[in-house]
Amino acid sequence: MKAKITMEVTIMSIKWDEFFITGDPLILGSQIAIVLTMIGAVAGITYLKKWKYLWTEWLTTVDHKKIGMMYIISAVLMFFRGGMDGLLMKAQTAQPEMGFLDSQHYNEIFTTHGVIMILFMAMPFLIGLMNVVIPLQIGARDVAFPQLNALSFWLFFSGAMLFNISFVIGGSPDAGWTSYFPLAGKEFSPGIGNNFYAVALQIAGIGTLMTGINFIVTILKMRTKGMTLMKMPMFTWTTFVTSILIVAAFPIFTVALALMTFDRLYGTHFFTVSGGGMDMLWANLFWLWGHPEVYIVALPAFGIFSEVISTFSRKSLFGYKSMVFSILGIALLSMVVWVHHFYTMGSGPAVNSFFSITTMAIAIPTGVKMFNWLFTMRKGRIKISSAMLWALAFVPCFVIGGVTGVMLAMGAADYQYHNTLFLVAHFHYVLIPGVVFAVFAGLYYWWPKMFGFMLNEKIGKWHFWLFVIGFNVTFMPMFFLGLNGAVRRAYTYSAESGFAPLFMLSAIGSIILAAGFAVFCYNIYWSIRYADRNISSDPWDARTLEWSTASPVQFYNFAKLQEVKSLDPFWHMKKKNEGLTLYDSEIEEIHMPSNSWLPIYMGVIFGIAGFLLVFEWHIAAALAAIGIFAGLIIRSFDYNEGFHVKKDEIHRIENAWRKTEGEVHDHVS
Amino acid sequence: MEHQQSKSFPISHVIGFVVSLVLTFAAAGITLKTNLSFKVIMWIIGSLAVIQAGMQLFMFMHLREGEDGKTNLVNMIYAVFMVIVIVVGSIWVLTSGHAAH
Ligand code: HEM
Ligand SMILES: [Cu+2]
Repeated sequence: MKAKITMEVTIMSIKWDEFFITGDPLILGSQIAIVLTMIGAVAGITYLKKWKYLWTEWLTTVDHKKIGMMYIISAVLMFFRGGMDGLLMKAQTAQPEMGFLDSQHYNEIFTTHGVIMILFMAMPFLIGLMNVVIPLQIGARDVAFPQLNALSFWLFFSGAMLFNISFVIGGSPDAGWTSYFPLAGKEFSPGIGNNFYAVALQIAGIGTLMTGINFIVTILKMRTKGMTLMKMPMFTWTTFVTSILIVAAFPIFTVALALMTFDRLYGTHFFTVSGGGMDMLWANLFWLWGHPEVYIVALPAFGIFSEVISTFSRKSLFGYKSMVFSILGIALLSMVVWVHHFYTMGSGPAVNSFFSITTMAIAIPTGVKMFNWLFTMRKGRIKISSAMLWALAFVPCFVIGGVTGVMLAMGAADYQYHNTLFLVAHFHYVLIPGVVFAVFAGLYYWWPKMFGFMLNEKIGKWHFWLFVIGFNVTFMPMFFLGLNGAVRRAYTYSAESGFAPLFMLSAIGSIILAAGFAVFCYNIYWSIRYADRNISSDPWDARTLEWSTASPVQFYNFAKLQEVKSLDPFWHMKKKNEGLTLYDSEIEEIHMPSNSWLPIYMGVIFGIAGFLLVFEWHIAAALAAIGIFAGLIIRSFDYNEGFHVKKDEIHRIENAWRKTEGEVHDHVS
Repeated sequence: MEHQQSKSFPISHVIGFVVSLVLTFAAAGITLKTNLSFKVIMWIIGSLAVIQAGMQLFMFMHLREGEDGKTNLVNMIYAVFMVIVIVVGSIWVLTSGHAAH
């Protein structure tokens, strides 16, 4: 039973008994767990005297590697939250007429699950890996705008936390991750749950937009000498194109959310039919952003697979040029397919045909990429590491997602599939192999670069098999349930429907899936405690520049900036034994940016202002917003020029990881 | 990165900002406070929007600092593409077939 918040909340009359969601044992349990965790964390940090360390090394850092790690840690936590939501839904539908969750609670859970998985798990996981890897891959010492990068992270984090507290304070949004009007409007969702959606996603979205700009500039301007566009590693290419898509698509969402906020908070009628607005305008704007968004998460994942497949096949990527052109083709097409999400609106044959064709056309460049990966493996000396396993499993699983996508692409046929579990199975078959497998592959692959030790390969294989089998057992039945008429977003079904066996199978699959995730967490724990710290800086015999420096990477990345002559530069450097040594005469002072407290301050103040806005405490929110402007003004007068790393220090750091042999320091093991 | 901007007062930004505000309030005023027909209002505020977009290109987007012609060209093609997709696309999708009713 959920206490519905229906009152007009004003500063004067806060109904504190309805401020906290009460009466549901699951939520009560979470509230207690949250409070205990927070007390535990604060007590632990204080006991270990780590506050200062936390503040100077992490919270105020502008180092792209640490920011990347913070993104990844947040993403793993969010994966846990979103995964719990998924399991709760699977438990509820395991049997017909289950009484575990009521319909309201189910609505809230699939809404938060969808939003968290896409915006607070997939996005930050990939952006985290991009942050760690991209400057290293292009041979640079940081991103173009390090402090902006930190701001991006803190705005994302602020938005994510704001969204997550909704289920204990104020009530969760419940209109689906798409939050279609009229349902998401004030008339049909009078509580404040959907305000969380509008405000939290806005804050996180601003952070993402800044990331996009930052990476475009970084990749265009900061590449090391000799690295022309067509010599960039594939992950750098996909990150570049993804950043362009972010800059193209996120402003649309920003505007749509702003209009939603006006409608819900200030009585405008952009999306309410009764007031002269248009409800389908929301769906239209949402998917103008939403479809590019799925490619924003898919493209970097394709880049990760390209790196992993090429490294572990010990061959350079097959069809590099066609890869680049298919990425560009996918990006272009992804901007003109959005209507396939609402064919059933009934826009007429011309519109539906146009968008059917553009959608099906995306299969062509995607197919090109598939064959390129297969041809990269062909005749390669394949090493089946954990990272490579994820890439291998990706191929068949993603093809299932892609082929069912082409089925859904046909406007006329979609009238049958629309809003059934067939669709839900399809997009999980795209998103889980296309994003989750990729971030796992990337994590196993780059982990030694980040931390200087590897994740355990044997536990990694348990993680892999449980997860992949669990995934298929969970979602394969949903295709058939959908074809039999089971609709999505339905909290229950009758015994007479005959759905029960497949739903049960799917629920069992989700337990295997969860076991896989648990093994993953155990692997992190095990490896932190026991893994061998004495590994080389290039444990996979890899091909790109990030492997040419220390593991974990020293804070200035490279003592000297490399010159690149070809694709796979580090591979050629190793083969020709060129540029691997560092001569004392080459060492120069390095200029680095200073830490800053402003990004985290902005994150906190945005979070506070957002929270007050969610509760429609307008005056208080406006007061908090002054803090935002104060931050902007302080930043305008910030003339800190960073600091210089002295030659001595560089010497000391470089000697510590290179094998020192007189003047010549060779480091390849 | 190099710092090339001159340190002088960003006067064009301020003018651009003020003009943007004026144009926006003009659009709001015409829509809310006049009795013109729906069609006339749409044409007027549509034109104001186009004027504002064009003005912002010059005031904010460094279009006049045209040393790097290629970059500007790419940016313009990109902008035109986005406008066609978002504006023309939305109008087309939302006004044809059953969606029109
Ligand atoms: C980890 C295992 C996962 C499980 C068990 C799971 C399960 C589910 C279930 C049961 C639903 C709702 C079906 C319904 O409509 O009744 C759902 C919806 C959804 N899932 Fe997942 N899922 C998982 C992972 C993911 C991932 C990784 C993503 C994205 C990256 C994702 C994105 C979504 C989205 C966007 C929806 C639609 C929400 C809505 O209808 O508004 N899921 N999932
Ligand atoms: Cu789509």
